Amino acid sequence: MCASVKYGSRGPALIPRMKTKHRIYYITLFSVVLLGLIATGMFQFWPHSIESSAEWSLDRRSVHDAPLVRIPMSSPIPERGDLSCRMHTCFDVYRCGYNPKNKIKVYIYPLQRFVDEVGVPISSTGLSREYNDLLSAISDSDFYTDDVTRACLFIPSIDVLNQNSLRVRETAQALAVLPRWDKGMNHLLFNMLPGGPPDYNTALDVPRDRALLAGGGFSTWTYRQGYDVSIPVYSPLSAEVDLPERQPGPRRYFILSSQTAIHREYRVELERLKEENGEALLLLDKCSNLSQGLASVRKRCCKGQVYDYPQILQESSFCVVLRGARLGQATLSDVLQAGCVPVIMADSYILPFSEVLDWKRASVVIPEEKLPEMYTILKSIPHRQVEEMQRQAHWFWEAYFSSMKAIGMTTLQIINDRIYPYAARTYEEWNNPSVVKWSSVNSPLFLPLIPPRSPGFTAVVLTYDRIESLFRVITEISKVPSLAKLLVVWNNQNKSPPEESLWPKVTVPLKVVRTKENKLSNRFFPFDEIETEAVLAIDDDIIMLTSDELQFGYEVWREFPDRLVGYPGRLHLWDHEMGKWKYESEWTNEVSMVLTGAAFYHKYFNYLYTYKMPGDIKNWVDAHMNCEDIAMNFLVANITGKAPIKVTPRKKFKCPECTAIDGLSLDQTHMVERSECINKFASVFGTMPLKVVEHRADPVLYKDDFPEKLKSFPNIGSL
Amino acid sequence: MQAKKRYLLVSVGACSLLLAYLCGLQIGEFHNQNHAELYGVSQDAGVPPRPPRWPEWVDPPPQTYLGEAEQEEDGPLLLHQHTSPRERREIQKNIYKSRRCRMETCFDFQRCERGFKIYVYPSQKGEVPSESYQKILAAIEESRFYTTDPNEACLFVLSIDTLDRDQLSAQYVHNIRARIQSLPLWYEGRNHLIFNLYSGTWPDYTEELGFDIGQAMLAKASTDMDNFRPRFDVSIPLFSKDHPQKGGSKGYLNLNNVPPLRKYLLVFKGKRYLTGIGSETRNALYHIHNGDDIILLTTCKHGKDWEKHKDARCDRDNEEYTKFDYQELLHNSSFCLVPRGRRLGSFRFLEALQAACIPVLLSNGWELPFSEVIDWSKAAIIGDERLLLQVPSITRSVGSDRILALRQQTQFLWDAYFSSVTKIVLTTLEIIHDRIQTHMSRSRLMWNSLPGGLYALPEFSSDLTLFPFYYSALGKSPSQEFTAVIQAVTPLQSQQQPIFKLIHAVAKSKFCAQILVLWNCEKPPPPRNKWPSITTPFSIIEGKRKTMSGRFFPHQAIITDAVLSLDEDSVLSTNEVDFAFIVWQSFPDRIVGYPARSHYWDSGKGRWGYTSKWTNEYSMVLTGAAFYHRYYHHLYTYYLPTSLLSMVDQLANCEDILMNFLISAVTKLPPIKVTQKKQYKETMMQQGSKASRWADPDHFAQRQSCMNSFTSWFGFMPLLHSQLRLDPVLFKDQVSILRKKYRDIERL
Repeated sequence: MCASVKYGSRGPALIPRMKTKHRIYYITLFSVVLLGLIATGMFQFWPHSIESSAEWSLDRRSVHDAPLVRIPMSSPIPERGDLSCRMHTCFDVYRCGYNPKNKIKVYIYPLQRFVDEVGVPISSTGLSREYNDLLSAISDSDFYTDDVTRACLFIPSIDVLNQNSLRVRETAQALAVLPRWDKGMNHLLFNMLPGGPPDYNTALDVPRDRALLAGGGFSTWTYRQGYDVSIPVYSPLSAEVDLPERQPGPRRYFILSSQTAIHREYRVELERLKEENGEALLLLDKCSNLSQGLASVRKRCCKGQVYDYPQILQESSFCVVLRGARLGQATLSDVLQAGCVPVIMADSYILPFSEVLDWKRASVVIPEEKLPEMYTILKSIPHRQVEEMQRQAHWFWEAYFSSMKAIGMTTLQIINDRIYPYAARTYEEWNNPSVVKWSSVNSPLFLPLIPPRSPGFTAVVLTYDRIESLFRVITEISKVPSLAKLLVVWNNQNKSPPEESLWPKVTVPLKVVRTKENKLSNRFFPFDEIETEAVLAIDDDIIMLTSDELQFGYEVWREFPDRLVGYPGRLHLWDHEMGKWKYESEWTNEVSMVLTGAAFYHKYFNYLYTYKMPGDIKNWVDAHMNCEDIAMNFLVANITGKAPIKVTPRKKFKCPECTAIDGLSLDQTHMVERSECINKFASVFGTMPLKVVEHRADPVLYKDDFPEKLKSFPNIGSL
Repeated sequence: MQAKKRYLLVSVGACSLLLAYLCGLQIGEFHNQNHAELYGVSQDAGVPPRPPRWPEWVDPPPQTYLGEAEQEEDGPLLLHQHTSPRERREIQKNIYKSRRCRMETCFDFQRCERGFKIYVYPSQKGEVPSESYQKILAAIEESRFYTTDPNEACLFVLSIDTLDRDQLSAQYVHNIRARIQSLPLWYEGRNHLIFNLYSGTWPDYTEELGFDIGQAMLAKASTDMDNFRPRFDVSIPLFSKDHPQKGGSKGYLNLNNVPPLRKYLLVFKGKRYLTGIGSETRNALYHIHNGDDIILLTTCKHGKDWEKHKDARCDRDNEEYTKFDYQELLHNSSFCLVPRGRRLGSFRFLEALQAACIPVLLSNGWELPFSEVIDWSKAAIIGDERLLLQVPSITRSVGSDRILALRQQTQFLWDAYFSSVTKIVLTTLEIIHDRIQTHMSRSRLMWNSLPGGLYALPEFSSDLTLFPFYYSALGKSPSQEFTAVIQAVTPLQSQQQPIFKLIHAVAKSKFCAQILVLWNCEKPPPPRNKWPSITTPFSIIEGKRKTMSGRFFPHQAIITDAVLSLDEDSVLSTNEVDFAFIVWQSFPDRIVGYPARSHYWDSGKGRWGYTSKWTNEYSMVLTGAAFYHRYYHHLYTYYLPTSLLSMVDQLANCEDILMNFLISAVTKLPPIKVTQKKQYKETMMQQGSKASRWADPDHFAQRQSCMNSFTSWFGFMPLLHSQLRLDPVLFKDQVSILRKKYRDIERL
């Protein structure tokens, strides 16, 4: 401050002398700045392909160039793996941290080729195609980080998918030399074929300290619930065979057995079932006369007849998936892909992703001992259910089994859900196929409640400047016993509301809120002044409703607090000639909307209308000064799946459609516009959510030959 | 000098401008990046280079992970083929015992082939089990699974009280080991179920029970994941000795508030243990207590010598503790902290659940109650003791819609599984029941959505769309047809009988798929040609037991979702049938019908009263002319205990009241009455013309006492009143009758 004052006072004297010097200085300075700006701009917007491509080319490497790591004989071996490990004991959650995205970071070790002291690789096959696909998918995903210090989960690049192809001891030693191993903490191993002859353990035999195991074929004794992840045994056929879409429904065979390595004992039992039930069963086996090789994998035989596998699976309603030496079977994946309902007989088997998937909806699990009863059990399942299971089975395959990427992402998501359980995917998200997600309704107010009468309701009167009519409405409403508060939404910015002394005297609190803009949506704004859950939206010209009718409307709302409960009802119709929706305000036998010129609803819908209205509907309503009630009807019906409730007989409402804006008369264009609204909203919602009903609510004793004074609501329907 | 200063100033200014510009760019870029990630948009080449990823190999590995052999079959070693599966199962049964028990190795399924029956050992003379254990045994004895014959039992429950196994406790039963071993049917505990609330004792509170349970299943509170045998044991909630036997108090939520946030964000009030096992969690709570919206109160006062261990915070904490009322906190908080105490579970859990205060669990390793079937993520926030400091930000990050859903779910779960000892016991039994009949068990949806697993019987169907409860969750709707079931008790004599008119009227409805006559008359049913000739499929079913309850038997012949239940003398027009059916389609889980009745509390007599007078409200719709879902036939026949069913049969009365009780208990909603019609019977219209059961003066008194018996079995009064009836939209409106769809209803 001081300096600038000084500068200001002395400055002018200096200028003439220094002028040219200044100019030169300023010019250079500005050109430098300008150049700098241009340069940075160029840098920002220039495609980065130059640098990137350099890095990409680095990536174009050969598997054989991966660095060689020699493991000495004496290298330490991890412990076998603690069966009591749980997320809260063996997993370091501090590495994952709290972040608003609730997403774990996953690091993948770079590929190395491990060999033992004498140079023999620790694995006979090295990196398999599937493990490469898996790691590649993870590194492409949002989970991936290359920053080892920020990682929450570590994935070794040592392929242990198939235990048969690796040397157990050396693999364990290789794991232990990983730079961040730290007793296996937060490390994740993927294994699909565990154990080896003769006893085939159900979990990977490689000692692995505290590492998490995503394993195929866990039994209930090896699976550490809430720690390990049970994954499917991937079927490479999935990638090779493209099965045609097959609609669910009855199929040629009822039960199909396609596995080739079924134990003799089971085969005998299956054959007995076949004898009893004949053509409904098809038992396939290896083809003995075919030459070995790839073809034999894709063929099955029965009594000399050759069938294509896996295509034949699509011909059956149920497909047997029996345990073999291992519990997990790749056949399960083929069966699901074919949309055949798996009949799983593998005692103690932990089904793939059972932590999140509801297998009851896609499979039948039968104890091995009950194999002879299989036919009876399956016959007892209703057809509709079988179709549902077929659909679900195929969808499980598509979403969670179809590729190594799907398997990997599902596994990581499950672990992610454990670390951020409050942000976990829901049962519905995991288990509902998109068809169901689209058509199902989970109402946000799902609990059956009949709210107490005592809090009453808040009447929200939307008004512009019809003072006289407004005052009459207020006087009328104030007679309703359950009225708790009156809120006048003053939508006129050019005029102030009348002085306090001029308002009618009412016993309940009366509040006037002035709005900033004359918008129709203002009537649905969740004002803080609304303290009750029940809201009565009412126009400033609805004077024909009696106190009994309003009180009764409130009582009806209490019994249906998740619906719109209103007086005038309206209908939408399909106009076959025009091929579009039409708005109907005539005397009809049906109702699909109630006008919000006089309607009770839950305050929740104010929030929904104001903050969650899909698309540009809100703006459209405000721009056209019309259809806010239709929009509200759409919104409520869409989220609850329920129709509104019209109460009491029809009255001659004086142009109920002409909302609060004065001067708008019931003209044809206004009504035409409402038809347009329905079409517009239906397209925004992507569906027609409105539900048509043929009933309205009346008091129990309405029109009954009964003393009027004994009726709770005698004054109903008077004109 | 001045000039230099100016140069300097200007250059500095310019430089800072440039810097600011650059920073601006960076921030903008950062924003873009966030934005992209938020919406899952993959970043293209324009934005900064992606982190080095897993390489795209020039020579991707060609071989699949399955070896040549495995691809064809699974470990096809001939050697293995010799181990017979049967042998393997036997071997497993010998290996996996005691702590490694599973259903397949420690449970004898053969005992359950004749159904899921439970035997309770007779109690020993002079021995009185604790109050809680008495309630547990009473719940089993009143359930439909109870048997007094050990030979037909599938599951055995001890009469010896095993609830409190804390040696320091007064309730501790001594010498249990020897007594159990001496039980003739013990078989090392096979098929036995042992209930326990407290195990172990000070100082380490292990899961030790003080006796060997062998192969018995354990239904235990505060179970530790380590000791829990998955799908074998059952984790139950800790409940107090005051927990009601039946019915139970309702959840506190009676309306959904929006915005759902309450006065406090997070509260806790309870003891803290200064030292020893489990003390760290509660001792650390003060870190996140802020005295404003997070109120976490602990007291050090417990036991005699707490002052010996008292720490620096104790006095301050004790003082704060008394300032707040626990109930006030519970009712006014969005979240309730449920930290572990000495044991993993605490009373705070059920308290929070009932108060619709979303539990925030801090109890690492706790196998949550009924975790086998309940999806707790829908009703609670599962925290981690290690991450206490994150709890405030986690709870604050929960959105309004989620709070609304979580809160409602707490109430559903409380009411469905926890509010009484009977519910806790039945849930335990049903979980085991589900394991025994795996192919006929409840899906997760049935356990976790209304009305809950106890009311959704899986034996009815494995197809969820056949139940009245899941239409909207599955995006389905009920079938468009109904089956009329007419209860006939008088022999056919003339064509003028009301049943003829009724059959004609019903058959004319376009929604009528079939008409069934339940012939409950002593005489043999007349041949088909005596009945009216109609095109609608028509059949007569002769009940095996000609009883009142027989009318709700789930006959195979009923194939539609909707049932129209009729008395033989009901009077209905086709219009009325159609309208009621259309209404039922909107409310497929309720009774929708014509004649309505009401109940009231008779404070003079201190019991429930029944009235058939015209009133402004009703709570029952008689099943002489009503639509309801066919599932309720199944529920009525198999869910209700034989005691109630035989009462109905003996009185030949009250079956309709019982049905109303049942449906209202399931839905928590009143039935729906349609139209003005009140009289619905010939006999009612022509008073005293014929001796009917309605004319009997005892009839009314019986109905009154029925209501009270039913209430006592349910443990609460499930009926609810409604003040509205549903009429056709244009009913009695001043418009031409030609415009009206239901003209007959108008004329009545």
